[in-house]
Amino acid sequence: MSDTNGLMKPDRPVGIVGYGAYVPRYRIPATEIAKMWKGGEGGVPIKEKSVNGLDEDVVTMSIEAARNAMLRAGINPQEIRAVWVGSESHPYAVKPTSTIVAEAIGAVPNTQAADWEFACKAGTEAMQAAIGFVGSGMAHYALSIGMDTAQGRPGDALEYTAAAGGAAMLIGPAAEAVAIINGSYSFVTDTPDFWRRAKAQYPSHGDRFTGEPAYFAHVSGAAEMIMGALGRQPSDYTWAVFHQPNAKFPRRAAQQLGFTPEQINPGLLSPRIGNTYAGSTMIGLTAVLDIAQPGDRILIVSYGSGAGSDAFDFEVTERLAEVRDRATKTETYISRRTEIDYATYTRFRDKLKL
Amino acid sequence: MEVSRHWRLKEQRYSLVGETCEHCGVKLFPPRDVCLACEAPAKELYTFTGLGEVYSYTTVYDAPAGFEHQAPYTVALVKLEEGPLVTAQLTDVDKDTIQIGMPVEMVTRKLYTEGDEGTIVYGYKFRPSVSATA
Repeated sequence: MSDTNGLMKPDRPVGIVGYGAYVPRYRIPATEIAKMWKGGEGGVPIKEKSVNGLDEDVVTMSIEAARNAMLRAGINPQEIRAVWVGSESHPYAVKPTSTIVAEAIGAVPNTQAADWEFACKAGTEAMQAAIGFVGSGMAHYALSIGMDTAQGRPGDALEYTAAAGGAAMLIGPAAEAVAIINGSYSFVTDTPDFWRRAKAQYPSHGDRFTGEPAYFAHVSGAAEMIMGALGRQPSDYTWAVFHQPNAKFPRRAAQQLGFTPEQINPGLLSPRIGNTYAGSTMIGLTAVLDIAQPGDRILIVSYGSGAGSDAFDFEVTERLAEVRDRATKTETYISRRTEIDYATYTRFRDKLKL
Repeated sequence: MEVSRHWRLKEQRYSLVGETCEHCGVKLFPPRDVCLACEAPAKELYTFTGLGEVYSYTTVYDAPAGFEHQAPYTVALVKLEEGPLVTAQLTDVDKDTIQIGMPVEMVTRKLYTEGDEGTIVYGYKFRPSVSATA
């Protein structure tokens, strides 16, 4: 086996054949949460976050994102050999989200189906596995989804940002791709910055420990390693997306690595929708694909607590312009905005115990 | 618990899968196996586009068992573009904005849950068209 410097690249070239986003319509402003717990004083980490409605969960949201990816791909769902959903808010503790999604898009029964977990990077892990499935020839198409209805303890710092949304990526042969995948890289260590024990309703975290040793070490590590392995500089990329737990972290990571605000702004959605956890990096990518041009290079780096980062290097093809208008754009979902107050939020998020 | 009944209905509930009559072309929802127009056998499956318009509607304030937490909500008769009328909840909508003739599209949502430990039942609802504005 050849030395690839840790770069993961399949023998058979693969890419994103279809992509789709989903964001629920409800928004709670961060100032509304601050009003509840801080007397309305002090700064807030984002403008507002998206909140799922009473009848929405990771299953329903994944179905909509997957349908958007299928509309853009324009393929027969019976040709899909894997439906994988990464999330930390699967509706069932035992019973797959992925089988329901596979059924709803018409991919059953000749398909693999599984749910993935790794805090906020469960979706990009599923993408890497899909690259392997397609790249090895085991599958022509594999669907990977990152989606969450993230939980935030009332009054906790994460309540301002824990949001709902995500994206679906259909991986297939490079010849059919809207963006070719040049390689992927994973950077993982045992770092206890954020966790939720079995049967606990809300997660716990290590406060400031979530910064340097956790988010920044892994995001920067993965970004530097993939750029080194591919011989690239930040200036080689048209666009970049870094995992978005708030508005500050991805901006700072980008600056430290040498990326400009112009490179990251189109994919930086956290100020307007919050942290969609397993969906965060992937939905940022959908917003970039909604505007990218042939030949554009895109770097994305996810981050999942516990901890690890997955990095991907993409190159946009001519086919993107042909397919992007076939489904609802990410910006359209973000603009479809209905503001709610804290009381409505507690009802929608089942925080009221009767 | 009605696990088996929900399982039997999953295709029509998740994806609006009905039938088409090979004899006269009429589309049927829900699937009935016999054409309502010409009474010929109609067993070929057909997946509806999910696009339609509000034919009529009402708001439910006194909800039946299992739906109490959702009230008030709107139930509509939706005229699908292929013809059939379907009864379903409207979602992602402010009830003051609903009008007869309003374009709607199908989404798959949670219908209800069977208590805290039972299954979650998913199925079709309709919302004001988002894709039309894309």
